[in-house]
This record gives sequence, C-alpha cells and structure tokens, in this order.
Amino acid sequence: MSVIDVREAITQVHHEEWARVVASLTRRFGDLDIAEEAAAEAFATAVERWPADGVPPNPGAWLSTTANRKAIDRIRRENKRGDKQKESQMLYGDGPPEPVGAVGDERLRLIFTCCHPALAMQTRVALTLRMVGGLTVPEIARAFLVQETTMEKRITRAKAKIKAARIPYRVPSAEDLPARVSGVLTVLFLVFNEGYLATGPGTDPIRHDLTAEAIRLTRLIRALMPQDGEVAGLLALMLLTEARRTARVSGSGELVTLGEQDRGAWDAALIAEGHRLVRERLAAGVAPGRYQILAAISAVHTSARDGRDTDWSQVVALYDQLVRLDPSPIIALNRAIAVGEVDGPDVALAAVDRLEDKLAGYHPYHAARADLLRRLGRSQESRAAYGKAIELAGNTAETAYLTRRRDQLG
Amino acid sequence: MQYLLSVIDDTAGLATPDEMAAIDAFNDRLVAEGHWVFAGGLESPSTATVIDNRGGEALFTDGPFLESKEHLAGFWVLEAADLDEALKLAAEGSKACNRKVEVRPFRSE
Repeated sequence: MSVIDVREAITQVHHEEWARVVASLTRRFGDLDIAEEAAAEAFATAVERWPADGVPPNPGAWLSTTANRKAIDRIRRENKRGDKQKESQMLYGDGPPEPVGAVGDERLRLIFTCCHPALAMQTRVALTLRMVGGLTVPEIARAFLVQETTMEKRITRAKAKIKAARIPYRVPSAEDLPARVSGVLTVLFLVFNEGYLATGPGTDPIRHDLTAEAIRLTRLIRALMPQDGEVAGLLALMLLTEARRTARVSGSGELVTLGEQDRGAWDAALIAEGHRLVRERLAAGVAPGRYQILAAISAVHTSARDGRDTDWSQVVALYDQLVRLDPSPIIALNRAIAVGEVDGPDVALAAVDRLEDKLAGYHPYHAARADLLRRLGRSQESRAAYGKAIELAGNTAETAYLTRRRDQLG
Repeated sequence: MQYLLSVIDDTAGLATPDEMAAIDAFNDRLVAEGHWVFAGGLESPSTATVIDNRGGEALFTDGPFLESKEHLAGFWVLEAADLDEALKLAAEGSKACNRKVEVRPFRSE
C-alpha cells in the first residue's frame, strides 16, 4: 500500500469510525472529554503507525482498543493526582447497555446529547460537528468564521455543562422523541444551509465541505432511524438541493436562479436517490412534516426537464400544506413566489407586500419584490428593491446576481 | 442530584390565588413523587438588606444587591435523576406559578 493509499484509508476509517469510537468511549467512561481526547489520540497514533505497519485487518477494532487504552492511561494519571471528583462528574446513562441494534446504536446517544435543547443552538452545531462528525476545532472555527480560541471555549464550556448539570447520555423516551429528533434535524439543516448559501463576504458562495458533512451526518441518522419520516424528508431535501450545486453558481461567480440553471449539469444520481426517498414517504401514507413537504417541492422542481415545464400548481398546493403546518412569513413568501407563476406577478406582489412588517430585514423578501416589480414593468420601484436586497444579502454570488439584475433595468 | 429552580419575576405583583393553588398542587406532587427538598416564596426585592462584613465593620445597604427588571421571587430545591427530569419538573413549575424558571445544578462534592 502506498503512503497515499494509507492516508486515504485513514480518512475513510475516520469518517466511518470516529463517531462510533467516541460514542462507545463515552458510554464506557461516562465522560465526553475523555472520549474525545482518547479518540483523537488513537487516530493520531494510526496516522503515525499505519504507513509503516500497514492498515490493520479490522481498523475499527484497532482504533477502539487503542482509544480505550489511551482513556485508561489518562484516568490512571488523573487518579494519581488524587482526582476524587471523577466519579461524581461521570455522565449518567440509563442503566445496563442496550442490545446492539439500530436504535441501540451508541452513536444515537451521542447525537442526542450533543443536540440537547439545554445547549445554545450554535453550541449544539459545534459539538455535533466535533463529537459526531469528527471535525477538528480549527475546522469548525473556520466553518463558522470565529476564532479558534472562541470555538475551543464554546466546546469546552458545553462539555462542562453536560457533566455538571447532568445532561443524560441516552436516547430520549418515546414521548419526547419527535421533538428531540426535530431538534437534531434543525442542527443538521443549519450546517447544510451555511454550506448551501454561505454568509461571509470572504468565503466561497457555496461551502461544499459543509453540505457534504451535513449530508453524511443525516445519512447516519437515517441509517439509525430508518422509520422516521422527517429524517428521510430532510435527507431527500438535502440531496435534491446538493444535486443542483454545480449549476447554482455561474463561471463568473454569480448565483443562477432555478429557472435559469443548466439542468443537464444537475447530478442525476442524487436526484434519483432524493426522488426515491420522496416516493417512499408518499407510499408510507403518514401525514408529512415540514422537511418531507419541502423535499416534495424540491422533487417537483427537479422533475421538470425545463424550467417552463414546472408543475407550479403542484408547488402551490404543497406550499398550502406547508403553511398549515408552519405559518411563518418566510414560508408565506415562498408560497407567494410560486403563486406568481400560476396567477401572475400582480397577485404575487400583493401577497408579498402584506409581509412587509415581518420581513423588512430579510433580503429574499426584497429580492422577490424586485423581481415581481421588474416583471410588472415598474422599473424604478424594482431598482429600489434590488438595492435593499443587495444591502442585506451576505452571499457573494447572490450579491453579484442581484447587482447585474438591477443594472439591467432600463 | 439536586437542582435549584429559581422563579424569575418581571412584575411587582405577588402570586394570585389561582397561581397559589396551582403551586400547592405542584408541591404536593413533588412530595408524593420524592422530588421535594425545599421551596419558598420571597417578599419583594425592596424588603431586602445587603450586609458586607468583609472589612471589619458590617455595612448595611437598603434594597437588593442588584437593581434589575427581573428578580428572584421564590425557589424550589429538587431532587431529580438528571437534567431531563429537572427540566420537565421546571416546565410544570413554570406553568403552575405562571413565571419563568431557571434550572441550575448544585455542585456535587
């Protein structure tokens, strides 16, 4: 095996085994901090030894054994220092180990602990990327444009709170499960969206590393909870969005709207997988949640060979369903845009204008107005709306697109 | 594991009779289910006196140590297995007393 092959093998094993190693160490030693450090040391040892010794036949078992030994070493060291608090600071699970099955997978406990509602949303995101995703602290800090020391503090503080306040290390009870799963999905969707439409002025408009990580983690949750409709819905939504990634930004770095994208550049395999998931949920015959409806909307868009073939009445019907579930003004805005394709821009504009109070600080509101005003030939008002949208938009490709559109007005 | 549930109030008023009845019912349940350690309601912050005896002579200051819009109106000390259980109880307590509740773990020895 060449050095490059070994490096690739380590990367792959890291992807496949990191969360499992951290989860089982946390279970065994009752301490996230020990688990994280020992797992990191075990992978560092692999990087050191495998190029010379070769990749072991069962890399996962090798890593678990090595990490276990590292953890025991640390605990011995600390016990010598007379750390009597160790026992009282342990994480508390709910009794004896569960049988290994889909729901009994250790990684689920880890995910639910990292996404606990008593932690701030940005902390949940950071902790999940570190403990479950295996990203390093500098990588996470870069992803969210904060200082490494800030990110380090955020993660350290979270681990300390989990210990001190005794946030349990377990899969929530059946009655709490829907709300808690929805909390986990929110974290993953946040990671995906930051990759899909990166906000920083100095970053790439699309952060493939983040969308890929979000998809990888959502696939993991899907494998662990195959019966959950919203998990399937979110995965489908991500896949159908990711499928359009390369078509979403032009050669000159401008955002390309759905209607103008080169549909031949879409990833057919991802679309097929996304459509399969949407069909699976339709066949389940259970009332869909918001991610399933959003995925279905995405499926309608990605089913049309040409933007003009889009079944807009179907899109509006799905948005009607979504509005009943989630009466937020952002959903209402997207519904109004779809209505514009069926009933015309004047009807849509009236609906969009009604949202002004709630969305005046939200750039897509102004971008939608600008587009509708342009189609109605109201250039001057359109120009002003584009101006507002440009002022508020954070994504570089989107700003470039909006600026060109504004400058094209007569 | 013990948790302090602090009742955070942003009004000047004391608990209404309905709120008091709901708090009593909640307290009875805490006792029956083995969560109860201690609880109490406090008089308004304007009745507080701050004492500083770090300098040899005890200094008294009229009023609370912190002037703020929100103040501590009462508290529970509860026994709970973990934060999830404490949060569930706090959610019920918040409903009963009709105020915000902060949950904080006691330091374990």
